[in-house]
Amino acid sequence: MTHASATQHHTSMGLDNRKMAFWAFIGSECLLFGSLISTYLVYKGRSVVGPYPNQILNIPFTSVSTFDLLMSSLMMVLALAAVQRGDMKWGKIWLFSTALLGLVFLGGQVIEFSEFVNKGLTISTNLFGCTFFVLTGTHGAHVTVGVLWLLTLWVRALQGKLGPANAMTVEITGLYWHFVDVVWIVIFTVVYLIQ
Amino acid sequence: MTETSHTEEHQHPTADVYLRVGAVLVILTVLEVGVFYVPAFHTVLVPVLLVLSATKFALVVMFYMHLKADSKFFTFLFGVPLLLAVGVMVALLFLFFGALTLRGAAG
Repeated sequence: MTHASATQHHTSMGLDNRKMAFWAFIGSECLLFGSLISTYLVYKGRSVVGPYPNQILNIPFTSVSTFDLLMSSLMMVLALAAVQRGDMKWGKIWLFSTALLGLVFLGGQVIEFSEFVNKGLTISTNLFGCTFFVLTGTHGAHVTVGVLWLLTLWVRALQGKLGPANAMTVEITGLYWHFVDVVWIVIFTVVYLIQ
Repeated sequence: MTETSHTEEHQHPTADVYLRVGAVLVILTVLEVGVFYVPAFHTVLVPVLLVLSATKFALVVMFYMHLKADSKFFTFLFGVPLLLAVGVMVALLFLFFGALTLRGAAG
């Protein structure tokens, strides 16, 4: 399916300038999360007081959150495909489903953080708490921005202001959402499964 | 030159491909969690988890973010900072844990 609409602005390379700028932004985000994950790994196992990761991390709960975020990525590409073919009914459904799954993920993160604080782990308890909350909190902030962005698109779709001509806008939103998903794929493995 | 001919067009995967990739992602996640709980895998836990995680990462980037079919310049814009981030991570780990090992050997 091609989507070269006359509303797009192309660079001299024939690429959409918004998409090119967004890939450059995602590249910079790789460095941000790379530095946060590096910090977590460097300080791993160096906490002098508990709670320690193996005492507090809830793998079954986080596995469900991971599944939820993966499914939200699937909903996002289905939304893009629907908008590109002009099927706005399903476009709206998939967009809302993506935002809803994002909200479920955020709800899970709030529950997890509350549970950790109740068990005595805060951002200032030890090195694990500090690096864990900064890393997962930064990711959660990105998910929050993504949910707000998706809900904005959904409202525009409800108002009839989103159609196949704006497919690039949905694609760029999708790039952001999928990036948030791939960052979580790494965090789930590095923080939760490799203890 | 028209807008269309000026654009580097690309073919996005169909909904069927998206669903298949989604199914593979779910299977890989189940395998990850399964490997974590099976004691027999604990000796090879880290490499197995890293391979599974990298496969999931690549699938999302290639199919859901369309890098497989999109312009190679986007791959360049994403790949170079990603490699830099991984390089920084490996260098920091080597610096910190390498220093620990050396201190351990000396003392």
